[in-house]
Amino acid sequence: MIQPLTEEKQFTRTPGSEGLIETQTLEVSIGPQHPSTHGVFRMDCVLDGETVVALKPVMGYLHRNHEQLAERMAWLGSMPYTDRLDYLNSMSNNWAYALAVEKLAGIKVPEHAEYLRVIMSELTRILNHSCVIGFMLQDLGAWGTPLLYAFRERERILDLFEAVSGSRMMCNYMRFGGVRVDMTSKDLAVAKNIVSRFPRFLDEFEMLLTGNEVLLARMQRIGILPKELAINASISGPMARASGVEYDVRKIDEYGVYGRLDFRVPVGNVGDVYDRYYIRVLEMRESIKILQQALHDIPAGPHVAPEVKLRNFKIPPGDGYGRIEAPKGELGFYLVSDEGGKQPYRYHVRPPSFINLTTLEDMCLGHKVADVVIILGSIDIVLGEVDR
Amino acid sequence: MAIPILFVLSVFLGIFAYTTLVERKALGRIQNRFGPNRVGRWGILQPIADGLKLLIKEDIVPRRADQFVHFLAPVIAVIPSILLFSVVPVGTRLVPVDLNIGILFAFAVSTVSVLALFMGGWASRNKFSLLGAMRAVAQVVSYEVPMVLAAVAVVMAVGSLSTLRIARAQSGGILNVTNWFVFRPWGFVGFVLFTIGAMAESARTPFDIPEAESEIIAGYHTEYSGFKFALFQMGEYLASIAMAGITVTMFLGGYNGPGSGPGWVGGLISMFWFFIKLAFMIVLNIWIRGTWPRVRVDQLLGFAWKVLLPMSIANIVAVGMWHYLTFRPLAWVATTLWLVLWFVTLSKLAATENVAPRTYRYAS
Repeated sequence: MIQPLTEEKQFTRTPGSEGLIETQTLEVSIGPQHPSTHGVFRMDCVLDGETVVALKPVMGYLHRNHEQLAERMAWLGSMPYTDRLDYLNSMSNNWAYALAVEKLAGIKVPEHAEYLRVIMSELTRILNHSCVIGFMLQDLGAWGTPLLYAFRERERILDLFEAVSGSRMMCNYMRFGGVRVDMTSKDLAVAKNIVSRFPRFLDEFEMLLTGNEVLLARMQRIGILPKELAINASISGPMARASGVEYDVRKIDEYGVYGRLDFRVPVGNVGDVYDRYYIRVLEMRESIKILQQALHDIPAGPHVAPEVKLRNFKIPPGDGYGRIEAPKGELGFYLVSDEGGKQPYRYHVRPPSFINLTTLEDMCLGHKVADVVIILGSIDIVLGEVDR
Repeated sequence: MAIPILFVLSVFLGIFAYTTLVERKALGRIQNRFGPNRVGRWGILQPIADGLKLLIKEDIVPRRADQFVHFLAPVIAVIPSILLFSVVPVGTRLVPVDLNIGILFAFAVSTVSVLALFMGGWASRNKFSLLGAMRAVAQVVSYEVPMVLAAVAVVMAVGSLSTLRIARAQSGGILNVTNWFVFRPWGFVGFVLFTIGAMAESARTPFDIPEAESEIIAGYHTEYSGFKFALFQMGEYLASIAMAGITVTMFLGGYNGPGSGPGWVGGLISMFWFFIKLAFMIVLNIWIRGTWPRVRVDQLLGFAWKVLLPMSIANIVAVGMWHYLTFRPLAWVATTLWLVLWFVTLSKLAATENVAPRTYRYAS
């Protein structure tokens, strides 16, 4: 027969519970096997009824020793491994690593290659943002309909990636001083076609979702991240911008050719889940603008710097930090080269999802269990990047 | 007596089986994919394959679960749903049981199913199950109230609790259509209230919080596998089909439609109309499921108590006005104005200033 719950060890009494009925808090372990933790992530929640009173994120279920592996192999050898960090956005991971190495080795990238990198990176951004919104609405209980609409668009972009790099998701596309293969004129035409079709999809998506009452009621004023906390916790990417932090590495560093391209950075005011949703929608619109310009302006030229050797590639001693605005936030690689210079002495990744995840508890406290999953969804984590 | 009962058991269980297929197909089309199409042409053998699979699947009972209650819960989930069909008049010549307290019986029986949900959630000894069970009880109990009050409006208008008499009261008029209660101001409001209540009662999207997949895995049936899980699903689907049947009977004219009548031919035509309307209600459910996100538990309860309950009480007053204002045009104007006034007031009160579309600025 059922024993009374008081005999269960994990049920602890709330210290401050007063009132007519004696209540207890309930400790629930959400994950690592759970439909909406976006992979093998665990949250130890303490619930008072349905309200979250404590939440501890538990990470490390997908640890693959990424940094140590990279320190044992040639510089180029870890390029394919960076694909597996944030496995939705292999192109931008490649770029961040290539940028760090180029900074360290002082390699100049040809202009044609820079444009190719911008095109690929911005396509990755719209791919990531549309999928993230889809996943977030899946967590909201919209039964996969927005997700599958987003996947329809994603498929077109992935087809292009496959045509250009040979792989849909693990592209391994960038090289030090450029990219591995050039885009043919046919590929560019496909990219133009994707870009011209995408606003229509976005309009449809917004028409179905942005004004929906249930969606507004579920998302607004939920999981507010104050601006000060966002700055103190070094939150970056759409999440920081939703909280009102005007921070975009594309504008600050103007790496690649972003200095020449005309785009705006949307900023939110409240910093709740709805802002994080809508900032992503607005960013996709800006990405479309960037892509239109890049596809129009792309000059002819070599796709990789000819002086860079593939074999026996060495870097003189020194250290360097390369960062880009990845779809999820600031993605940085810190590299140290020592004597010999055949491989990194130290290789460190600054993963945006991991650092954005640190404020999860602050955002979730006082909200319901149902809100925890959408707050997590709005952070936009990929466990490959969180655990590395 | 035996033939209607056999009819209910065979036809409605068949409808249940194929509702699952239609639902998966329709959701597939809504979501830009095909849906099941491997078993038989257009997947028409899919329900049979599913049933077979669930029958031969291993039945797992958690070691620390309450074995007996864990077994009993899915059984109790199905029985009330099947009993509900006994008071649904399917045609002029096919009424399983004509109870003089039909509507009361339907509500009494449908409430039993919440017991099954709670038993299942409690006996599983799983925290997600327990949370699901808590939500289920809160939800079903709250939505019962506006639903019953919406039904009271119809009962007042007809003057009987018998579902057959309610269906008969809606015959006549032009083409047997204009007398449907949904074409009255109070009937339309009652129809909307009752449909929302029925969706919440059978835990359908956007009110599927007792089994919210993305939050609490599967809610009260997290720890159920094999055919016990199938029984829970069956109970839920049968309840929503039966509730659709009762909605049709109370508001959409029941079996009445062009050509329906007391004779054999009229009886067959009346069955045709009933099933058409039933299919409409089922497809409406599926459509909503494919397009709406889920509400949160406190919003759900707030909606029931703050919006649906006052609206259903206002609707009862509207029926009273309809009854006493015998000059019909005046009754139309008065009840419509009354209900619109309430609707506007309640929607103003329910809207919080927190929820509004926003504008965004761009970084300098």
